[in-house]
Amino acid sequence: MAGAIWVVGEVGPDGALARISREVATLARDLGAAAGRDVAGVLVAPPEASGAADELAAYLPRVLLVEEPSAGTDVAAVPVASAVAALVARDEPAYLFLGATPDGRDVAGVLSALLGWGVLVNATEVGWSDAGPTVGMSIFGGRLLTTSAFSGGQGIVTVRPNTATAAEAAAPGTVERVVPGQPGTVLPHVRILERVQESAAAAALEDARVIVAGGRGVGGGEGFGLVQELADVLGGAVGATRAAVDSGWIPYSHQIGQTGKIVKPQLYLALGISGAIQHKVGMQTAETIVAVNRDPDAPVAEFADLLVVGDLFEVVPELVNQLRARSG
Amino acid sequence: MRIVVLLKPVPDTTGQERLGPDLRVDRAAVPAVINPNDEYALEGALRLMEARGGDADITLLTMGPASAPETIRKGLAMGAHRGVLVSDPALEGACAISTARVLSAALATLEFDLVLAGVDSSDGRGGVVAAAVAALRGLPYLSYAGSIELGDTSVRVHRLSATGYDVLEAPLPAMVVATQAIGEPRYPSLKGIMGARSKEIATRSLADLGLSSHEVGGAVATTRVLEARPPAARAATRVVRDAAPEAARQVVEFLAERRII
Repeated sequence: MAGAIWVVGEVGPDGALARISREVATLARDLGAAAGRDVAGVLVAPPEASGAADELAAYLPRVLLVEEPSAGTDVAAVPVASAVAALVARDEPAYLFLGATPDGRDVAGVLSALLGWGVLVNATEVGWSDAGPTVGMSIFGGRLLTTSAFSGGQGIVTVRPNTATAAEAAAPGTVERVVPGQPGTVLPHVRILERVQESAAAAALEDARVIVAGGRGVGGGEGFGLVQELADVLGGAVGATRAAVDSGWIPYSHQIGQTGKIVKPQLYLALGISGAIQHKVGMQTAETIVAVNRDPDAPVAEFADLLVVGDLFEVVPELVNQLRARSG
Repeated sequence: MRIVVLLKPVPDTTGQERLGPDLRVDRAAVPAVINPNDEYALEGALRLMEARGGDADITLLTMGPASAPETIRKGLAMGAHRGVLVSDPALEGACAISTARVLSAALATLEFDLVLAGVDSSDGRGGVVAAAVAALRGLPYLSYAGSIELGDTSVRVHRLSATGYDVLEAPLPAMVVATQAIGEPRYPSLKGIMGARSKEIATRSLADLGLSSHEVGGAVATTRVLEARPPAARAATRVVRDAAPEAARQVVEFLAERRII
């Protein structure tokens, strides 16, 4: 497997394979075909979540499964990265691909320290040249696209959600249970004392195909009920600006922008959002942007595909009704 | 209690940021500011200090250009006690793992109980350096903290998850990554600004840290930018000014045209 491309799978809180891992596996499989390199998955999971390896094998010819109880009881980054680093030492793959999710970033950071490998982050396109992967990413909040490469023949890539469309392989691959050797460096684990669930499991914001987001113009927590209603009818997730979060209308986990999440949905519906640059940098790579705003001169008017100049409290209920009528 | 906050100067998010001909950030184009997420980390440190009745000592640790003291000074004005700047011409063009090695080597020269970092930086948004530093130093790593409680020998963190949070605890010394949920960063007071002028910012070269340009920095960067280009321009905005029922009808039609619904 020397020189292979590996996908490091991520297990969600429900014990199933994270959606991002299906996308990354699809991307890596296509890349391997273009590069003439072997592609395999690695999944480090507690025994009760080992079924995620079979899910990953639907996308890849071969999956290495490490059953690691501490990946369920402790923060996953250290047990996952330690096991992957030990397998890298044994099998000598060249490139590791992960999702650019909170957990994926943590694993990538620990792996880069353990292996001494470079990391290219937030890939939105991945190609191949003679020397290895070429990784496209956007910087300065989407104002510039760069293409980067690794200087040596190895590296770690984190891939943004919605970069590839997940597609299963023609035939499922094999799952091999492996026991990695002792890691060269033993890192401290961090125990999870308790998992607190505050809201129903919703599609992760970064994964959502449709995001309906609210800003200052939504006016309060009640207004977010309307945002949620529209998101529900479109099968989407709810996002927010920093102003809405700072006002306590919605938790920080929904924030999009400079100090929140970066998203790239198919549709971004901006309600009562002026479109200040701190918000724009988190969402301007959305495929389609529709805005509802009373102010025709708000900055969002410059980068929305469709702008409705009007009162969101009149337009949104109407929109919800018409969408329901259409699907009903 | 000794706290180190990792602080990165970044180009201000003005929409004017750019790369130079060498495909590195053009620092002359835009004024530098404290990376916004690092301000939350510093705010977190200041709140932990206040919760201990002022019994804490906060050091800002920066890897950056020779002009970085201007940016560090604002952090000192917010209430940190001193700055340590690692600056060396050989570090221009350093990659993420080089940055982590340099910060790790600098931490080895400091006494600390807790290291705080921001989630990511507003320029590259990689978010991998803090985890790498923790791994290089062998520190427990507690990321995405929505809240931090500091005891004398341990730290407890609520790590934000998609549906709530996980409660984590680790012995000190440890590395914690703070999020915006920690709370709004304070503005420096006039007294803070005046006081910051006399606070020390110690500068260290690579040699001071026992590192060489063969181990870290631009010459041994593991990644390189091949090209940079602006994204494709968006099409002109279609503006709808009709009353709600007609406006909504046009939105539905637009979404259908684009096969979103």
